[in-house]
Amino acid sequence: MNRKKLPEIFIIKRVEKETEKHFTLFFEGELDFNPGQFVMLWLPGVDEKPFTLSYHGKKEFGITIELKGEFTKAASMLKKGDKLGIRGPFGNGFSINESDNNICIIAGGCGFAPVAPLIDLISAYNKEVKIIYGARTKKDLLFTKRFPDAFFCTDDGTLGFHGSVTEILVNEKKLFNRVYTCGPELMMKKVVDICLKKQIQCEFSLERYMKCGIGVCASCVCASQRVCVEGPVFSSEKLSELDDFGNTALLKSGEILDLKTYFSWRS
Amino acid sequence: MNFETKFSNVKLRNPLVLASGVLGTNYEILNKVHVNGCGILTMKSIGPKVRYGHANPTVLDFGHGLINAVGLPSPGFKNMEKHWTNLEKRNFPIIASVYGSSINEFSEVSKFVAEKKPEFIEVNISCPNTDKEGMLFGVDPSSSYNVIKAVKKSINKIPLIAKLTPQALSIGEIALSCEDAGADAICAINTVGPGMIIDVDSAKPVLGFKKGGLSGPAIKPIAVRCIYDIYKKTNLPIIGMGGVLTGRDAIEFLMAGASFVGVGSAVYYRGISVFNKILSEMADWLTAKGHKSFSDVIGLSHE
Repeated sequence: MNRKKLPEIFIIKRVEKETEKHFTLFFEGELDFNPGQFVMLWLPGVDEKPFTLSYHGKKEFGITIELKGEFTKAASMLKKGDKLGIRGPFGNGFSINESDNNICIIAGGCGFAPVAPLIDLISAYNKEVKIIYGARTKKDLLFTKRFPDAFFCTDDGTLGFHGSVTEILVNEKKLFNRVYTCGPELMMKKVVDICLKKQIQCEFSLERYMKCGIGVCASCVCASQRVCVEGPVFSSEKLSELDDFGNTALLKSGEILDLKTYFSWRS
Repeated sequence: MNFETKFSNVKLRNPLVLASGVLGTNYEILNKVHVNGCGILTMKSIGPKVRYGHANPTVLDFGHGLINAVGLPSPGFKNMEKHWTNLEKRNFPIIASVYGSSINEFSEVSKFVAEKKPEFIEVNISCPNTDKEGMLFGVDPSSSYNVIKAVKKSINKIPLIAKLTPQALSIGEIALSCEDAGADAICAINTVGPGMIIDVDSAKPVLGFKKGGLSGPAIKPIAVRCIYDIYKKTNLPIIGMGGVLTGRDAIEFLMAGASFVGVGSAVYYRGISVFNKILSEMADWLTAKGHKSFSDVIGLSHE
């Protein structure tokens, strides 16, 4: 069944608790996707929201969810055997280049979920990857067992480096040829700025309030770019078309808000 | 081929119009559509107060077209200052679409919006996706008349476009009422229905609002018939829309009686570059038939 049009129903195979506020839904079935792509996850009769795929397996795939509002709360009550609808995958994923051999993946908070399958894919190609990942505090850190070689950091110093991921990146002596980043927008903006100074190619994954997910309603625009079609992954070369990045975002009413207000509404 | 045309006193580089509700959420994306060849850009409908729209799913591809119940999200006409400031940079004409749940609201919104000086104002009396706005007014000749008359008074000299619904018993009659009330043009059609899709594996309607309006290829014959009926009844210029994907579709709409052609869902099927593609296809067809101008074929099917 073509799941790019109407949602296709998938059955939950298992639910894994990741942290106090994150859980992963594993679905029975195969879903081919490029890391960075997203699906529209439908709770029939409730709502439907975009999530990137965080785990790719032969007979299963996973979506990691962070508890935020009504929808994610309802999703957290789901168990094995429950049915959800999936449309997609949509959007573009991170681009993988043969010539890159010195890669850095830098993530914050739940932004570790979209890059997780990218790490798996790059590792399969035997490329060198440095992973820098941070969260507010130790108990918020995702995938500490999945990626034990990552450089962890926490705002409060309860695990790993006491400070931010961008502090680690700015002091990094290694010359990467590509950086991928996902996490809070202001963090990504700092990463992009650091990469521009060091002349490193950078790709980042944006998030905006989404309605249709298929490029029609343009609720998810960042300047002239639709996060659901031209994104969610953007290269730093696209910055001139992304004036809103790190600046403003559209609320679900279409009102233009500065980023801090937008994100305070959003959480 | 020269596609230049005019509406009211506004010179246009071509007769293509971006349909309201597709893409028009900020200045940057409207500009992008302009850069991709569109002649007039219609903004997302503006309402009297803040609306968030319906739960998802809101727009779905059902195989023969799209079905949507986005639900008229709007910041509310009083909360759009940043948008209007950005739009001042524009070098393209815009249609500001307005809606309300009462004649007073239609007046209030359109009066305020008129002061922002859009080139045209489109009165949305046809959206099928909310309980109290839009379509309720457009299915009845006297409600349509009253809304158009009230808005015309509020907007001074800005040309007024009445956007009609195919759900009217006689769309020709509605168009005539709008003309009598002072409309300067008719835009037809808005989405068809409402329709519904039930997912049989979960036994639930898929759209968040359960029902929604159809657009795209499935509705093209209905749009053509509506334009044909309106052309028979009124002398007003018609912006024809509903399922136009190609230059050949655009020619069909012109022959039905449209002077301008609106494009919406086609952006999903053919990308934002669809406007230039349609113009190029129209030019090829017109040249092959020996026409010097697209205006040669307007209303041709009535002869």
